[in-house]
Amino acid sequence: MKSLLPVLTVVGAILLFWVVSVVPMNMHLTAAQAQRDSLTVSPETPAERQAYSGLGLTLQNPGLISRTYGLERPRLPSPHQVGAEMWDTIFEKRITSRRSLVYHGWVTLSATLLGFVIGTGLGILLAVGIVYNKAMDMSVMPWAIASQTIPILALAPMIIVMLGSIGIQGLFPKAVISAYLSFFPVVVGMVKGLRSPDVMQVDLLRTYSASSAQGFWKLRLPASVPYLFASLKIGISAALVGAIVAELPTGARAGFGARMLVGDQYGQPLVTWAALFGAAITAAALVGFFSLIERLTLRRMGMTAA
Amino acid sequence: MTGVAFIGALAVWGAGWFLNARLAASALAGTRIVRLAVPAIFGLTLLVMWELLVRLLEVSPIVLPPPTMIADRFANEIPTLWADFVQTIIKGAMTGYIVGGLAAFAVAILADRSDFLTRGILPEGSFMSALPIVGVAPIFVRWLGSDWQSKAAVVAVMVFFPILVNAVAGLRDTTAMQRDLTRTYGAGYWATLFKLRLPAAMPFIFNGLKIATTLALIGAIVAEFFGSPTVGMGFRISTSVGQLALDMVWAEIVVAALAGSAFYGLMAWIEGRVTFWHPSQRK
Repeated sequence: MKSLLPVLTVVGAILLFWVVSVVPMNMHLTAAQAQRDSLTVSPETPAERQAYSGLGLTLQNPGLISRTYGLERPRLPSPHQVGAEMWDTIFEKRITSRRSLVYHGWVTLSATLLGFVIGTGLGILLAVGIVYNKAMDMSVMPWAIASQTIPILALAPMIIVMLGSIGIQGLFPKAVISAYLSFFPVVVGMVKGLRSPDVMQVDLLRTYSASSAQGFWKLRLPASVPYLFASLKIGISAALVGAIVAELPTGARAGFGARMLVGDQYGQPLVTWAALFGAAITAAALVGFFSLIERLTLRRMGMTAA
Repeated sequence: MTGVAFIGALAVWGAGWFLNARLAASALAGTRIVRLAVPAIFGLTLLVMWELLVRLLEVSPIVLPPPTMIADRFANEIPTLWADFVQTIIKGAMTGYIVGGLAAFAVAILADRSDFLTRGILPEGSFMSALPIVGVAPIFVRWLGSDWQSKAAVVAVMVFFPILVNAVAGLRDTTAMQRDLTRTYGAGYWATLFKLRLPAAMPFIFNGLKIATTLALIGAIVAEFFGSPTVGMGFRISTSVGQLALDMVWAEIVVAALAGSAFYGLMAWIEGRVTFWHPSQRK
């Protein structure tokens, strides 16, 4: 808790920077709007104003500063506008409504979670295979490591189209991308975890004449738990990014990614910003949830985080 | 025909697996050649199976083009692919990576002077690293236009936080004993920074830099889905998907994979040169 004050200070500084930036970012739009509302603006024509930077125009028209915070379609919305939009679309709309952020959030979240469960499950199975089979280790492991250096996300639009052309649509294609993105971190982390018991511990089990299965359940699997949690936290945020990106190039009509795209195409920046922060809050909640489970589990098992 | 296809694919799989199992169990398993050969055989097995199944089952190239078709497309479209590579990787990803990395580095060194700031930035930065920052792409495309500048900005923001967190953590990674020793030599802040703390931070910084290579490519490619000039890997992927020219999409993905591995390999190579003293680098 002793880092609470420093963290709040940094957050405060970022917010302050944001609030101050709103003025020059929106000044040109504000000046045009003010002129339409027949206020005096200097310089008078838009062409002349283009020659000024946002800051320069602000110094010319200090009286318009307060108006920069109230634009309907700002270039940079101020925090209170984003907050109001989020409040409106999260709490004021019915959650079944197409305008509700909760509805869109659930569309993205359900694909994320389904994909994450599939990817994690397969990842753990493959990791067990790699640890127990030398041929598999030597063939698959280099590819699993190399795949982490590849922008797999570029595959997203194609997977959607590929599955779409054989008749699979909706939730599942997005889940496949989420699964794919969470798969490799889990494989790499779990292989490391299952191999983490040292020679001494393995030898000790052998002196107890433990079978290979007992060695797995009583030593390797418990030892891999801290590594598993570290991978799960990476995997779940990758899965969420995957689901969001999967919604982008395919014209999905629901989900955070779709909201960002809609806001962008129809010139409604508040929609984009609200979706962005909605996605950020979802990611934070997911990672926070796994951190909590991690802390509880590891305390129960008497271990420390990897 | 279906039966033949599956039996053929299974035979290829079996042959590849048998060869790998023999190699892995042989006395040569530790040698460098076998270490490279086994994953290569595995990859080749998958490619042959893919080719065989797609050809014999007559899968439409709109669903999944065979590898030879992708290779053919790759060879014929090298000028286009090169132009896309320059636009997305060199102009977008590299510029953003350098700008974001330098900014993160500067902030880390400034923040490091104050324990208060360090404690604020570390949790904040790791929190930000987990967020889907790539979502800022539509906003930046609107602000900075659709050319590479907006992509570079997205990349800069994406790589900023992992590099920052690692640099800040690295600069703290000296023991009291080491710091006391430099003080007994009469070293001031700058001498301590350059001679002790920066070198000690290098393994951390390179860790951040290596994580950021993949993020940089993802940022540059995904940002192009929100608007780009008529060149670029993200642009080509989304338009080729629209035209159902999946062999072109695969060719772009091959480029992305090669670029990603090369970029990562470059950073790992530089890391090996700079942090040759670190236990993880010793042979």
